Amino acid sequence: MTALDFLRLDLPALLAAILACGTCGLLGSFLVLRRDSLLGDALSHAVLPGIIAGFALTGARAGLPMLLGALAAALLAVVAISLVRRVARLESGAATGAVFTSFFALGLMLMEATGARSVDLDLDCVLFGQLESVVWLEAQGFGSLLDPTALAALPRQLFLLAAVATVLAGLVALLWRPLHLLCFDPDYAAAIGLPARGLELALNLMVAAAAVAAFEAVGSILVVAMLVCPAAAIRLLTDSYRAQVLGGAALGAALGALGYALAGPLPAAFGQAFSLNAAGVIGTLGGLAVAGAMLLRQLRIAPPKPAVISG
Amino acid sequence: MTTPAPLAITHLTVAYGDKTVLWDITWQAAPGLTAIVGPNGAGKSTLLRAALGLIPSIAGEARFFGRGLAEVRNRVGYLPQRASVDWDFPATALDVVCMSRYPRMRWWGRVPKAERDAALGALEQVGLADLADRQIGRLSGGQQQRVFLARALAQDADLYLMDEPFAAVDAATEQAIIAVLRRVVASGRSVIAVHHDLSTVPSYFDQVLLLNGRAVAAGSIKSAFTPDAIARAYGGRLNVLEQAVAEGGLR
Repeated sequence: MTALDFLRLDLPALLAAILACGTCGLLGSFLVLRRDSLLGDALSHAVLPGIIAGFALTGARAGLPMLLGALAAALLAVVAISLVRRVARLESGAATGAVFTSFFALGLMLMEATGARSVDLDLDCVLFGQLESVVWLEAQGFGSLLDPTALAALPRQLFLLAAVATVLAGLVALLWRPLHLLCFDPDYAAAIGLPARGLELALNLMVAAAAVAAFEAVGSILVVAMLVCPAAAIRLLTDSYRAQVLGGAALGAALGALGYALAGPLPAAFGQAFSLNAAGVIGTLGGLAVAGAMLLRQLRIAPPKPAVISG
Repeated sequence: MTTPAPLAITHLTVAYGDKTVLWDITWQAAPGLTAIVGPNGAGKSTLLRAALGLIPSIAGEARFFGRGLAEVRNRVGYLPQRASVDWDFPATALDVVCMSRYPRMRWWGRVPKAERDAALGALEQVGLADLADRQIGRLSGGQQQRVFLARALAQDADLYLMDEPFAAVDAATEQAIIAVLRRVVASGRSVIAVHHDLSTVPSYFDQVLLLNGRAVAAGSIKSAFTPDAIARAYGGRLNVLEQAVAEGGLR
């Protein structure tokens, strides 16, 4: 593997994996703290019709329309879930399950009907993403990292991921305290006059945004894994809100980097010919991280920060 | 001249789906220490939660100090049931008490020192200043209940709505809590608490609301907490122990 190969093929994909997994890890903590982890699963599937609609309307895999379509679909799904819960008086798991599977199925139908499938999006892409296709062919050497024209040719997924990660990190910082209270005691938040409903909606839309931005790069399976696994692993190891939220993001990013490296570049560097689907490896590491955290907790050697992932 | 009641409820009706829980409740709480008493499923918590707008009501309204809740929200404190939250949650006792002051702070950055001190003061009032930095899951049930009490106190309100402040605490904690509530009332504020133990109603409270879906009786302990009214509130469901209290324990 030459330095040029690394710049052109591995660096952009590695950055995409880190940004996607870090962003999902950041928001996953709020889902885990609210004991609503599967809402991430639900939202990341429910956005599909919006993504396809955005794609069909613009005829291109442009980031922004697809993101906006996905957010609209997420908003509809969240409203539908609370409606079903209230009107049909189903428990929330059933309401969530009914809504997100319908939305996902609708998305698959739309994919067929609009011809989106034949062009550029297919089931493999939906499930596993296209991390390996995030490449930077304009790179001529490390000098390109400082060359504006070459940088402008970085894959657009990276720009979208970086923008979404920045906005979401900013929102989490801005809503730091209300989110803490919302996760702990939403009724009390409402009772003292915080806009609990609005915060809840904002949080759900933030999760949807993270899911969508990550979805194209790493696929829906990995989005679900990264929304739940890093946060769940950290949850077993810390009693601090700050360590939980920041640790979830850090562990997500670390798993993304490690998983990508293990899937191809590292074996290649040691002369091994095999390579694996990066999303699959990262997702597996996510499960191992949770298992490792459980072991650590059992052994009662919980360190302030989980530094080692067995895997 | 009369000052408006801390809480006045008129024609409040609340239903979950098609099951009506509260029927046409009209009730005025006098200043002081008031108990809401009734059998399981009588709608005691529902009454507090509906008054605070946490659940929708079909009809009726609640006025606080003669005004709508939105106008006087900072004068109304709330203590939810202890079992309503996850005590494994990553937060210290001080974090939880600080939550009551969030509406007075910016949403980001450090908790201002003045707010932190107010929260610490509330913890001190309930005797938990030493445990301020302990994670809430590592507190005993009684200590958790006192953290919730401190959080309500830190709201610095004129009326406190408390949902079972004595639930599952030991006798010593119960005495500590009632002492705090008496101090609150002595300083001219009011407390309305959902209460389960009929035998302590007369010694702890000034007023009572007997509830069983409807308002069965309300007023001073002497006028409203009569064996007859208690029997009506509890219907056929009064157990032997409660029967004994209703018949013998009150004079």
